[in-house]
Formats: sequence, structure tokens, C-alpha cells
Amino acid sequence: MGVETKLGQMGVVTTTLEEAVNWARTRAMWPLLFGLACCAIEMMATAASHYDMSRFGMELMRPSPRQADLMIVAGRVTRKMAPVLRRLYDQMTEPKWVIAMGDCASCGGVFNNYAVLQGVDEVVPVDVYVAGCPPRPEQLIHGILTLHNKIKASKPLRQG
Amino acid sequence: MDQYLDLVVNDLRERFQVEVETFRDEVSVFVPPEQIVEVCQTLRDEYNFDFLADLTAVDYWPQQEPRFHVVYQLYSYLHNVSLRLRVPVKGETPSLPTVEGVYPNANWYEREVWDMFGIHFEGHSDMRRILMPFDWVGHPLRKDYPLGYEEPQYTFNFHEIERKKPRPRA
Repeated sequence: MGVETKLGQMGVVTTTLEEAVNWARTRAMWPLLFGLACCAIEMMATAASHYDMSRFGMELMRPSPRQADLMIVAGRVTRKMAPVLRRLYDQMTEPKWVIAMGDCASCGGVFNNYAVLQGVDEVVPVDVYVAGCPPRPEQLIHGILTLHNKIKASKPLRQG
Repeated sequence: MDQYLDLVVNDLRERFQVEVETFRDEVSVFVPPEQIVEVCQTLRDEYNFDFLADLTAVDYWPQQEPRFHVVYQLYSYLHNVSLRLRVPVKGETPSLPTVEGVYPNANWYEREVWDMFGIHFEGHSDMRRILMPFDWVGHPLRKDYPLGYEEPQYTFNFHEIERKKPRPRA
């Protein structure tokens, strides 16, 4: 986080408001509990103690979309599930981000047929795609850090 | 063939118009559609075939007569034997009586067969789609249903595929 000046021994830092806002947004992003298939196991492994997601403030996975700001779509989404997914995404409050975890959420994966959505970006706008089948916890954490970098580079307070 | 199975099959042959086919240890009994409920009832009540392990269908398109075979896999815990019943049905939306009264777990199996093949079961309490969305048109596991795959997107056809991809509105 960009520290602009530190005034002597007073323990005061100054920074821009945008950087402070982005810092606050990245430091405790609560994921929505949205593990659908096998990638959910890897998501759980990432949240477990060995590859901790708690160091990013993300150990708190909220089942309610109103209280979550990150949706990690972990697993294949069928055509029956797609309206449900969209409704949950619409119920999340701004600011919200989506990580498409795994091959099935990114592009349909191995399932190229009538029943599976070929990529969850057919229904929701995705910020970060994490490849893998399933992606290892390190890969998912890399995806989360990429999202953090993306948010740090964004300018939420500028209009247009 | 198992002794017990021999007994069962001979009895079925006397009482109903069935044909039997054996392959190694497996026995398939071809039952006409009108008699399937009676046959299932007999097998359950008199011969201890108390478990309907599976109820599916097979599509033999483009062979039209008969187009579908509905397959019932029965199992008897007491005697440790498996029996298969096949019901040949024909037509675009064939229909046969439900065995839900005999084996209650046939409920979801028959819904799945309706959803995937379009075979209607008369007398079923809840005939609606179970795997596909409720307003889906078509029966996916029929042989004349398109595969529904997306063309792989390489660099030379990147833009054509990209234009046709469905995207969210917001």
C-alpha cells in the first residue's frame, strides 16, 4: 500500500483515498460458499490449515450472497444451475468480483455438450480465470493474488 | 443358469408371453408392455425379487421396430440372483404402465427415462423432467438428438467463435 509520507515519530501515514479503499477491499474479501463439484474440494483444501486462506482474511466463507463479495465458482455449471448462479450473483452487493476456478468454470472443461455451460462467463462477468483440473491450492492462491493486484490497480473513485 | 433363476424363468414362460435370452450368467426376459406390471408384481411377491436396482432405456435408432427397450434390473437379496426384464416399445412417444406401485423407487427412474428418452409412463404420480431444466425441449439421450458441443476455438477461427458466444447482458 503506497505510503506517501510518514511524519516523523507521530505514527501517521498519508496515502491517497483510492489506495486506502483498494487496500481495505483486498484485505478481507469474503468468498461466497459456492463449491459445485470437484474444484470445491481444492477450494476447501485451500481454506484448510496447510494452504491457509485465512492469511488473506478469506477463511470466512459466507453462504449468504448478501454478505459475500467474492464468488469463486468452483466446478462445472449446468444449464439447470445457470439461472440460480445468476440470481446469486445479482444478490451480491457491490463491490463484487468473480473468480472462475478450474477448467469447467472457465471454458466448459472436458464437458463439451448440451448440459454444461461452456464457461461461466456465459452468465456472469468474470475477473480472474484460474486454470487447472482441479487447480492446486497454490494455483488458486495465485489467482486470488492476481485479483488483489487487479483491484489495487483499479480506480474506484474516478467517475467514468 | 442358476437353479432358482431357472425355476423363475420357466414359471414366467408358462404364465406370460415372454421370451428369454441368456448370455453367460445373465438372463434377459423380454416382456410385452401390457404385462410388465403383472410380471413385476409376481416377481416381487412370489419370487422375492424385492429390489429394483435400475430402470433405464436404450434407443436403437435408426432401427424403428422397436425403437426403444426399457430395461428393468431386478435383484433378489434372499437368493442372490439378478434378473433383467426388457420391454420393447415403439413409436415417437411410446407409453407403458408404471411400476411405481410395485417398486416405489421406480418414481425417479421413470422420471429420468421420460426426461432423457421421452418414454411416457401411464399412471405415474409426478411425470416431469428431473435432470434437464423444466422448460427444456427435446429428449437428450435419443440417438437423433444433436450432441450440442461447442466448436473448439483455435487462432484461425477465434473471431468467428467469439462472435457467437453467449455473453451476459450486465
